[in-house]
Amino acid sequence: MTPRWKVFLIAGLVLAVIAAAIYFPILRRRVKRAARVQQQSEEQARRELTQAIPVNPSDPRVKSKLFWASDADDSTLAPVTVELPLSKDPVLRSKQVLNTLLAGPVDPELRTVPPDAVLLAFYLLPDGTAVADFSEALATSIPSGIASEQMAVDSIARTLEANVPQVQRLKILIHGQEVETLAGHLDLTATFVVDTKGTSAGPPVAAGSAPATTGPGAAKPGTPVPDKTPVTPPKR
Amino acid sequence: MLLDVRNLLRNGFFSPLGMLFLVVLGAAILLHSETATQNQSPAPSAQTPATTLTVTPASSPQSGIPGATPPAFGTAAQRSGLNIVVLDPAHGGTDPGARGAGGIRESEIVLDMAVQVRRALELQGFQVVQTRQGNDNPSFDDRSAMANAQRGAVFVTLHISSTGLPGTVRVYVNSDLPPLTDSKGLIPWDRAQAPFLSLSRRFGDIVQGLLAQRFKGSPATVQTATVRQLRTTAAPAIAVEISSIVVDDRAQLDHMGQGVADAIAEGAAAFRPLYVVPSVPGVAP
Repeated sequence: MTPRWKVFLIAGLVLAVIAAAIYFPILRRRVKRAARVQQQSEEQARRELTQAIPVNPSDPRVKSKLFWASDADDSTLAPVTVELPLSKDPVLRSKQVLNTLLAGPVDPELRTVPPDAVLLAFYLLPDGTAVADFSEALATSIPSGIASEQMAVDSIARTLEANVPQVQRLKILIHGQEVETLAGHLDLTATFVVDTKGTSAGPPVAAGSAPATTGPGAAKPGTPVPDKTPVTPPKR
Repeated sequence: MLLDVRNLLRNGFFSPLGMLFLVVLGAAILLHSETATQNQSPAPSAQTPATTLTVTPASSPQSGIPGATPPAFGTAAQRSGLNIVVLDPAHGGTDPGARGAGGIRESEIVLDMAVQVRRALELQGFQVVQTRQGNDNPSFDDRSAMANAQRGAVFVTLHISSTGLPGTVRVYVNSDLPPLTDSKGLIPWDRAQAPFLSLSRRFGDIVQGLLAQRFKGSPATVQTATVRQLRTTAAPAIAVEISSIVVDDRAQLDHMGQGVADAIAEGAAAFRPLYVVPSVPGVAP
């Protein structure tokens, strides 16, 4: 007969294995949750650092055009003129107009980008390519769909086109990374045309005069251009 | 089930070997639960574009993709012109797409709608290749590969939007892509749509026109957008997006299914005589 201690030992081992099998998924969930909380707090810290855009009171107040959804047709963009103190420096100026765009219009229904999206960084390369790095909320909080994602990119591109002539092209990053799509539909691997005046692919589109999505052949902000040399943002 | 513990003990089941067996069994249970969890949560963003692959226009019809119905060689597939429609119910698997009130999911609705579209296309004499049959999520490139492997095909991807006027439908073609400069006759995979853009617009305009007749408030002409799925597709390709997931009742979307199916099928039939495969990369027909 097997000694009693062996039976207890085996029973204990079996119980330990069963308990581990039950506890393991719970532990896994907790670790995942902890990682998520840490990521959120990192992003919050970056937000606090990046949101302070210096506004010089001596900067001239300029009538700037911001592109939100049209109240007549929510599938098109319409320019809204806002008087803003804008810097002459193209990077600062871009940050100022994009932050105002992200803050949203008076009517929240006309938003084109999610209210919790934040511009984390903005760079302008010597060839006129702008690199705009947005927080993950731009991708995760935007309503999924071709129309809504194209509207978001168009509103960013056309706002830059109307206010920062130095910006020729736009590359959008999400949390410092190139992503394949914005929210499952719109291609973010390409660089988008911003300044259509210098392109030969079609007639220039006056800001605000055309719908967000236009007919064939027309060059418009948001049209992708070749991305032969990957855009790498400068080190922060 | 009864266990004769006394016999087990006598036979040495709880010997060191027996204990080892129990521990291995426990580990196996753990591993199994781990694998099941991983299978349920692959990140949809992990789709890596196969940028080094190339395709030629009208490449040989060898799909090699699981789930794709191979074309019937020797019959319709060998006739010149348009014979095949590659139908893509978007999203699926861990990517539900747009989500509406009451838990309705874009991935489920478009899969159901694909059945109606398929039937309508088959009535028009088309062979249909579907990119997914169930709740799985092939990558963008896998879906494009199914179309790129066909000869004489068009590609239609089905979507439901989160925004827009409910009850309307929009057709999209890819925005302008940079012209092709490869003189070797190869199309770069990441710009496979470029030589087909002109055909895509013609096809899209026909389908959009038919949809506008059925669904008031829909645009009369095709729209352009930088749709990722379309960029790597070497065939006339359109995205059909139905508005919208925010309807109160899923039945409203289901009700639109037959109209959408008929418009796509009639549009494909009307496009058939216009379909000419571009022979030189970079030169649209």
